[in-house]
Amino acid sequence: MEKTWNNKAWFFVLPVLLLVAFSAVIPLMTVVNYSVQDTFGNNQFFWNGTEWFKEILTSERFHDSLIRNLIFSGLILAIEIPLGIIVALAMPKKGFWVSVCLVLMALPLLIPWNVVGTIWQVFGRTDIGLLGYTVDALGIDYNYVADPFAAWVTVIVMDVWHWTSLVVLLCYAGLVSIPDAYYQAAKIDGASRWAVFRYIQLPKMGRVLLIAVLLRFMDSFMIYTEPFVVTGGGPGNSTTFLSIDLVKLAIGQFNLGEAAAMSLVYFLIILALSWVFYTVMTNAGTDKPVKEISE
Amino acid sequence: MSDHVSMAAGGLPGESRSETAFRARERVKSGHFRAKALIPILYILFLLVPIYWLVNMSFKTNGEIVSTMTLFPHNPTLKNYATIFTDPSWYMGYVNSMIYVVMNMVISVAAALPAAYAFSRYRFLGDKHLFFWLLTNRMAPPAVFALPFFQLYSAFGLIDTHIAVALAHCLFNVPLAVWILEGFMSGVPKEIDETAYIDGYSFPKFFFKIFMPLIASGIGVAAFFCFMFSWVELLLARTLTVTDAKPIAAIMTRTVSAAGIDWGLLAAAGVLTIIPGAIVIWFVRNYIAKGFALGRV
Repeated sequence: MEKTWNNKAWFFVLPVLLLVAFSAVIPLMTVVNYSVQDTFGNNQFFWNGTEWFKEILTSERFHDSLIRNLIFSGLILAIEIPLGIIVALAMPKKGFWVSVCLVLMALPLLIPWNVVGTIWQVFGRTDIGLLGYTVDALGIDYNYVADPFAAWVTVIVMDVWHWTSLVVLLCYAGLVSIPDAYYQAAKIDGASRWAVFRYIQLPKMGRVLLIAVLLRFMDSFMIYTEPFVVTGGGPGNSTTFLSIDLVKLAIGQFNLGEAAAMSLVYFLIILALSWVFYTVMTNAGTDKPVKEISE
Repeated sequence: MSDHVSMAAGGLPGESRSETAFRARERVKSGHFRAKALIPILYILFLLVPIYWLVNMSFKTNGEIVSTMTLFPHNPTLKNYATIFTDPSWYMGYVNSMIYVVMNMVISVAAALPAAYAFSRYRFLGDKHLFFWLLTNRMAPPAVFALPFFQLYSAFGLIDTHIAVALAHCLFNVPLAVWILEGFMSGVPKEIDETAYIDGYSFPKFFFKIFMPLIASGIGVAAFFCFMFSWVELLLARTLTVTDAKPIAAIMTRTVSAAGIDWGLLAAAGVLTIIPGAIVIWFVRNYIAKGFALGRV
């Protein structure tokens, strides 16, 4: 759409600007403030320069939780994206069952995050949970409170349960937008099921898939409530992801300077990712023509 | 193989032709078709079993939960729900959650409407930067903001009030509402605005009488997503409240006491937090993907 240049549009944006300034800019400035100062209590602060940043960037603890979080996000994507595509491809295309599928699949997305944690905390217990009980009955030693591997499995299965539907819904939205004529053309050309997927469905899903990958990466990168409820970051530090670590540092140990520096480093990583996301999103209208079916 | 190809080529008009071909194809590989239906069924089962387990537990007595492994309640009881609905410290949690969620929804959508209109219709100094900056707030980890929020709202004396949580959740809901509404508004042709001006409509009259009904579904979707994200968020809501405005999700942790955990009560409280989402989801089922992708699918 052709847009007119009009700086008076700023007045329309003003309420949002004030609101977000109050709820984002002021708190963020507080963080910046803390990150360059040190305190010995008594509300007296001293200029500390970039010391906190040096400390956090060389801190082994930060590196560990960053690596843990990256592994977690990587595993999440590796499981949820293919699973989401498979389920979306197998979903019915029209009729009553589409609505039923959509509603049931979206259900986990609407559950408060700590309730998601609670559901899995209970479900995985060997004494009262169905999953834990079954796994235990099969003779597998499973205890997510004491065994880091079991804790990781639980947290990952929980996230797959919680968020795969997002990938399914996005892929499905991409799939139903493919005109039937494409499939007919493929049929006439005698294209195999794989060729249809590779040259028609995948390119058409490309953009929504990219959105799904970015959303899942970013949300898993700042996951807090669900693993916190289930494992509390343990056993030991084995499921302490970045946000959990940050809250421990800021509110648990009240180490404001270091926590603030960590917040900013964390935020900068997110900012870079958001930029990628923004570029993808704003190129929405410029859909490239679909690759021709060759072969 | 050849019969449905000839059918597809056989002169039936447009849509119905492709449908026939599609159905014929499915009939040919009906064995394959049944296997295909199995995938969504298994996936939905995987989603529903943990939820069923919670519902199951909420109707059991604690004795039954702890002592035996039963797939359905043998002595169904409503005691857990009765406790929640009769104890103000429990049901006020739901009231508190509802109050700040609705407040947040109204503030977010009201502020986002004019802004989304500006982004969808005009170019102005710094518009792209502003749009990007809004997005960064949606993507910001709440953990970064927890402590500064606590100090900011303490300074204004707003701790433990509903408005504090409502304003804090604006951090991610206002950008979300702006993006979703912008997506919907861009779908309305600009000629409508121009025609309305020519017909002598003033801007407010045009906006409320003509434009808003046109994007009514967009407003509904934006409101739903603000509702939802405010409802599921806990870290900020818990940090900013003590007792008077404490959300139900935070009150749930009270079931952990010296005498152990009251599992039945915990499960019942959990089930009740799932219900609001489950009720409204039917109305937005076709827009869920669009909402999660910030209005861009």
